[in-house]
Order: sequence, then C-alpha cells, then structure tokens
Amino acid sequence: MTEKAIEAKKKGQKKSSEDYTYIGMVFHRLTRHKLAMAGVFMLIFIVLFVFVGPLIWRLDPNAQIEGLEGLFNPASRAHPMGTDDYGRDVLARMFFGGRISLFIGFASAISSTLLGAIVGLVAGYYGGWADNILMRFTDAMLSIPTFPLLIALASVFGKGVWQIILVIVVFGWMVDARLVRGLVLSLKEQEYVEAARAIGASANRIMWRHLFPNTLAVLIVSTTIGIGGNIIYEASISFLGFGVQAPFASWGNMLQNAQQFIWNSPRLIIYPGLAIFMTVLGFNFFGDGLRDAIDPKLKL
Amino acid sequence: MDNREVLVDIKNLRTFFYTEDGVVPAVDGIDLTIHRGEVVGLVGESGCGKSVTALSIIRLIPNPPGKIIGGEIFFHGEDLLKKNEEDMRVIRGDKISMIFQEPMTSLNPVYTIGDQISEAITLHQKIDAAEAKKRTIEMIRLVGIPEPERRFSQYPHEMSGGMRQRVMIAMALSSNPDLLISDEATTALDVTIQAQILDLMRGLQKKLGMAILIITHNLAVVAEMAETIAIAYAGKIVENASAKEIFKSPRHPYTYGLLQSIPKFTEKKTNEPLPAIEGMVPSPYHMPKGCRFNPRCPFATEKCREEEPEILELTPGHLVRCFHPIES
Amino acid sequence: MATRLVEVQKLKKWFPIKGGVFSTTVASVKAVDEVSFFINQGETLSLVGESGSGKTTAGRTLLKLLQPTSGKIIYKGKDITKLTPNQMRPLRRNMQIMFQDPYGSLNPRMPVGDIIQEPLDVHGIGTRKERKQAVATMMETVGLRSEYEKRYPHEFSGGQRQRIGVARALIINPELLVLDEPISALDVSIQSQIINLLQELQQRLNLTYLFIAHDLAVVRHMSDRVAVMYLGKIVETAENDELFDHPLHPYTQALLSAVPVPDPEVKRERIILQGDIPSPVNPPSGCHFRTRCPYAMPVCKEQEPLAIEVAPGHTVACHLLTKK
Repeated sequence: MTEKAIEAKKKGQKKSSEDYTYIGMVFHRLTRHKLAMAGVFMLIFIVLFVFVGPLIWRLDPNAQIEGLEGLFNPASRAHPMGTDDYGRDVLARMFFGGRISLFIGFASAISSTLLGAIVGLVAGYYGGWADNILMRFTDAMLSIPTFPLLIALASVFGKGVWQIILVIVVFGWMVDARLVRGLVLSLKEQEYVEAARAIGASANRIMWRHLFPNTLAVLIVSTTIGIGGNIIYEASISFLGFGVQAPFASWGNMLQNAQQFIWNSPRLIIYPGLAIFMTVLGFNFFGDGLRDAIDPKLKL
Repeated sequence: MDNREVLVDIKNLRTFFYTEDGVVPAVDGIDLTIHRGEVVGLVGESGCGKSVTALSIIRLIPNPPGKIIGGEIFFHGEDLLKKNEEDMRVIRGDKISMIFQEPMTSLNPVYTIGDQISEAITLHQKIDAAEAKKRTIEMIRLVGIPEPERRFSQYPHEMSGGMRQRVMIAMALSSNPDLLISDEATTALDVTIQAQILDLMRGLQKKLGMAILIITHNLAVVAEMAETIAIAYAGKIVENASAKEIFKSPRHPYTYGLLQSIPKFTEKKTNEPLPAIEGMVPSPYHMPKGCRFNPRCPFATEKCREEEPEILELTPGHLVRCFHPIES
Repeated sequence: MATRLVEVQKLKKWFPIKGGVFSTTVASVKAVDEVSFFINQGETLSLVGESGSGKTTAGRTLLKLLQPTSGKIIYKGKDITKLTPNQMRPLRRNMQIMFQDPYGSLNPRMPVGDIIQEPLDVHGIGTRKERKQAVATMMETVGLRSEYEKRYPHEFSGGQRQRIGVARALIINPELLVLDEPISALDVSIQSQIINLLQELQQRLNLTYLFIAHDLAVVRHMSDRVAVMYLGKIVETAENDELFDHPLHPYTQALLSAVPVPDPEVKRERIILQGDIPSPVNPPSGCHFRTRCPYAMPVCKEQEPLAIEVAPGHTVACHLLTKK
C-alpha cells in the first residue's frame, strides 16, 4: 500500500481511495478543503487562546480592582483588554469564559444531536407504533414552553455548567430527531437496505452500519451549527438566572452583561462577540468541510 | 440513391462538455443526413452521443457546461447553428419536434393534457382558444386515445405511461413538423405498449409524411422502424447504411459484435455463452488513442491504435469508419 | 428425477391502501394474487410480465423480504411461510437476491470490499483473514480486480456494480438466487457479458435461478422454464421451447408477437392489444385479462379460469382451453 502511494506521488497522480484507511482518506480530503482549513485555523487559534492563555497570563478572572477608577478601564499594559464593570480583567475572563463556553457549546450540541439521532433512527426504522409513540413524545416536548420547564429543571438540579448542558440538550434533541427520522424514512426505501435485509442483517446492523453513516452529513451540519447557537443560548439562560452565574464568566454571559454598557464601553461587547463569532464561523466551516470529506462521491 | 429532398444535413458536428473533471467530447465529428419523409435510426449505447446530437439539432444543449464547438446543421438549406435563439424558438416545436423517454417529467403535472397540447398549438399558430381546443381534440383522437373530449381535461398522473407518450406525440405532431425526433421514446414502456406506440408512429408517419429520427439503443426497435441506420460509438458515427445492409452485412466490428452478442428471440436456447464484446465503453475523459473502439476490437492492429480512421463509403450508401471492415 | 428446491402455493401478496380518518384499509393493491409455481434444483425459472404483473413482488415475497398475505412457501420440503425474521436468518444463507438497480443497491458509503464481505460478517463465517480472502476470490470470479476492494461504488460503471451485486449475493454459497431484472439497466454490450457470467456461475456453483425479467429475448436465452404473469396471476407456465413455439394463452401470444426482432426483413404478425393494463387495485372480475383479450367470452367475466395442465409441463389458465 505505501509503495503504491509513493509511486503515485512520484508520478504526481491523484491517489484513489484505496491508498488510505478510511480515517486517512477523510483527513486527506479535509486538508484539501480550503474553507475547512480556514475554519480549522480559526478553531485552533481559539482553542490555544483559551487553554494556553491562562498559563501565560496569570490573573484571576474574578479578582476585582478596588475603587471606582478600576472600572471600565480601557486597554493598558496591565490589562490588554481593559477591565469590566466590576473592575475585573477582561482578558483573563475571556480565557476562562472561553473554556466554559466552548465546553458547553460543544458538549450540548453533540449530546443533543446524538440523542436526537438515536430517537430518529429508531422511530424511522421501526415505524408503526414505535414511531408514533416517539414522534408524539417529540412533538409534546417541542410544544412545552421553554421558560417554565427551565425554572422547573433549575429548581430540581440547581445552577451550574452540567445543569445548563442538560437543559440545552433537553430542549434541543427534538429538531435532530425529526430531521433524522425524515431522512431514515427515505433512506429505508433504498435498495441497499433491502439488500442488507436479504443477507439477514439484524435491525441494529442496518440502523448503525447502513442508515446512520448516510445521515452523518446532516448530523455534522446540525452539530456544528448547534455549537454556535448553544453558546448564545447559554447566554440568555444565564441571564435569566440559571446556568453560569456571576462571578464566573462565560462568553455568553459576558456578552449578555455588556449590553447595558454598549455606549460606555463597546469593547466589552466586541471581545466576547468577536470570539463567539469566530467560534461559530470556525465550526461551521469545519463542519462543511467534514461533511464534504466523508462523502465518497464528492470530488475533493 | 435517395431521390427525396435533403431535410437535415449534419456536417462534422462537435459538441463538447466542459466539466470540472475535464472535457467530454460527447459528439466529436458526426455526419448525418435525413431526407424528407425518411425514418432514420441513430443507435448506440451510453456515451455514444446520440442524445446530445438530437439536442444539438434543436439547440437545447445546456450551456454551461455544454457547447457546440464546430460543424454545421443544415435544415432546409439553412445552418441552424448560425441562428439566434429567437429564430430557433420558431423552429422548435413547430418544424422540428422532439419526444423524450420519460413522459411524466416532460409533462407538467399541474396542467391538464388538453391545456398542454393547446399551448403547443397556440405557441406556433395564430388561432384562438376555441379553435385550438378543436385541434387539440383532433390530435388526441389521431394518436389513438379513446374519448378525446373527456381526456382533454385529464391530468398526466391520471393516465398510464403509454397514454402519456401518446399525449407527447400529439403535442409534437400538432404543428405538422417536418422532422420528429424521438429520443428513447419507447424505452420505458412495456413491450405490448411499445408495440402500440411504434405502430402508431408508423401509421402517423405514413399519413403525415414527416421524417423521423429515432434515437435508441434497441436494435430490434430500429430494425422495425428505420429505413436508414447510423451506429454511433463514443461520439462518432462508425457505420451508416440502409437497415437491410446493417443487419445483413454489418461491416464495422462494433456493429457486428453488437449484433452477435444480443440474445436471439427467435432461436432456441443453446447452452453456449453469447459472443459478447469484451471491455467497456471508454471513459469520456480518457478516450483511447487512435480508433476509439480499438481496445475492445478483436481485429485491432497497430495502425488502429495509432490513427483514427476516416469514414468511407465502402459500397454505395454504406459508410464505415474502420481500417479493417468486415467482409460482407 | 428433478427435485423441487422451492415451491410456492397459492401465494398472495396484497398491499393495503389506507384511507379515511381512521386509516382503515379501503382497498388493496393485489400485486400477487394466488400464484403457484415451483423451481427444480439447478434450473432457471423465468417470471415474465409487464408493469403490474407482480413478478417483482413475487420474487421478493418468495424470499420473505415481504410478508405473504396468504399462501405457502416451501423450501426444500419445509414450510417457511410462518417463520419469524430470526428463524429466517440462518435460511438466508441459502437464498439470495440480485437487484436491478446498480446504483441504488450498493451503499454509497461503504467500500465495495465491505459490501461483498457483509454476508460473511452477518453470519459469522470464517476468521477475518478468511473473509478477506473470500472477498478477493469472489471479486476475481466475477471479473473484478481484487485490488479495487477499497473503492467506493460510484467509482465503478453500471456493469461492474452489477458484478459487485453478484459477488455479494454469492459469497455465502446460496442455493437459490433470485435475479430481479439484473441487466435491464445496463448497456446492450454489457448485458451480454453479465448474462454469460450468470450462466457460468450457475454451472460452476450449481445454482438455481429465479429470473425476473421483461426482455423476452434474454429470457429465451437463459431459461429452462418460463412462467408468464399478468396482473398478479400466472397465466401460462411451460418449458422454454414449448412456450415460445406454442404459446396457448392469448396474453402470451400477444406478448410474444409484440417483441421486436432485430431483422428488418421479418414482417411480424402483430397482435396489438387494445387499451392499457388495468390497475392491480381493481383488476377485472373473472379472468383479469378479459378486458384486452381478443377472444373474451361471457364466461370470462363470471369465472376465473383455473390453471390446467394441457401438455406435460405446460399449464394454462384460460377458458378457451377448459372449454375443450
């Protein structure tokens, strides 16, 4: 296998899929997707920013400078991003807030997508009463007003990062469920699924080996879009008094908090806003690229 | 020789498709002549360029990625390739009509078939709606659909495949065209329905006297319908002769191979394997050097691999593109 | 003495059409309407018919990919009609299917090696190494280079994909292979190659074929016996030569006369049937063919003709013959 690749390289030929393992092929195709690479760089930058930053810049994000003159300081050597309305160092808060936001965004998006996918797969594949029950349940969940349920959940589980992830997942899985179910209903009719049944494949095998990979494209897009959306969603939830509470920072609540100071200190909005923007864009580009990379039919 | 007036004269037509993966020489130097009232068959497999030829005649090649890059198509003495879109629209559907393989996608599902046929009529003829409706009903009757008045208000999905194809034929013939192009019009139909439609087309041809260009991959269909047959392979015509000559003395190895390889309906079952043509149709991105058929040809020589043969008239009316045509 | 490998008795497959507020069954598509036939070991039985004949449904129901509405399916003497999917699973090693559509029948996201290997994986046959070897051997057998195992279906032509389909069907050594219009979607010159491959494999591996097709020339070339279907019923069954030389049912006669032949000098005596094929939701009463039959009699409307053996191995369901 390797010597073939070397030979092909010598001749400058395009390699075909047989020269790589599956992961290798996806990786190879991803690296050639310009938009995806742009996204990856953005994400790498952000991840480094958020994880390496605090190791270099050792200020406590929650430490407040005493006195009025500590508030709303513009950028200075001591505080490259200035201070906020409590006199806290914005840069440090950006680091830690970033960690929390990224974690919440990513964990909640993946979990809700996976949960929704499982429900959708089972409902779509089995049909009949299983489908009915699951879909009616999904519809019911969709029709529940968010706010009261939020309060109910918060009162039971309390406030914090895990709780907010749970809340976002509880409210978010339904969309993916319907998406996947619709897709599975049409995929199910494809002849290769019938072929699998003819071979004697079990329901599990058909669902996971045949149907699920063909829904990945949709799921990837859903997840990547979801990450950005969830980061922002977290902000509004925190604002309502749940999730990440003061004094702890998340980009979401920083953004939310800074709205009142938009004329005063616009940079308090700009920094977290820009960070969220870059993250969302980065994930979207990456998601697009990944979706294209796993599609063997697409030429990359 | 044919005494009838030349209706369509295609000279060295070249239609290429410019795609991301490369250039597809779909039609690469096709010559074809159709006389008034003549039924000509254009036969070939996928990638031979037969459909693209038809679309080139009526200038419906999607651009991008397709482009007619060379040649001339003379219709009544005028080069269609030099006409602008306005003029082509006058000819399309009026003097030259085309019917396709899938009548369900060629017919608009939200309009009645009566409306659609009337539309075809009023597009080209200056008559009022009442007159158009009368003509439409006449056409529906002409194509053998019973109860034409009732059918006028039916929708495509209420009709069977065979009926829809008849509707297509009605639309195509409503203006009494000089040329009807049928692109695999019976391929998707059941055998008994196909027989009906072919029968209808033969009858209408006798009655109305139009020329028909039958495009198909089915040699049996073309044997029944066509007077003259052109065999296409990989964008070129490889053999062109009267139907009788093609079937009785095929000279090109591809034609010969094809005729040998198809199972014979009239022969008893032997347990012998069919003399199949080896290999596959070449990829349009990687056309072989020399004669395009050479990788699959059992008679290929070095010359065939290097040079492309020209098309020559071996016997009067029988053209072959081959360095070593088969003895008749 | 020929042994019957599989037999179908009065097989029915009706598809319910639901309607109304409560989704009750308002009508049924009578795709397969009491059909009986058998296939001897090692032979090729062809099911021919046009749209709505039910031949495709019959093939699928035989393999229990669709649940029969009523009737019996007997495989090697054992009644398999009522077996559950789990009970069917080990039997599926013996009965496989090859599909018509070279594009839809292969999972676009699986490399072809995995596609061909899947039957072995599902039934747990052999070690990993042995399976890979079996795939390589099978690929060569059907005329594909084994180095292509990591390629995806879209990288192959239609004819090659059908070869992959055959490989997948045969890798577990089935006895019965249902071929559902395996060559209709292929180019003419490739059709002959695949026909040859199928015949060679049948001889080599001692396979029994149920060949579903509408191209009668191919059917004549490949079959030992032929059953003609119309609107869910079998109207005539006979041995190959017998059917083509002496068709007795008016539909068979019309069908055979409609087939165009690649010979411009032959003037066909065409029996052109009037009208369209009726819908299988509402087939005509009595004999389903009577609305298009040139010889229809009053009794054809009243009674359904039963299949009668008019000559050894030749059965016909037509009142014209029962009259005698």
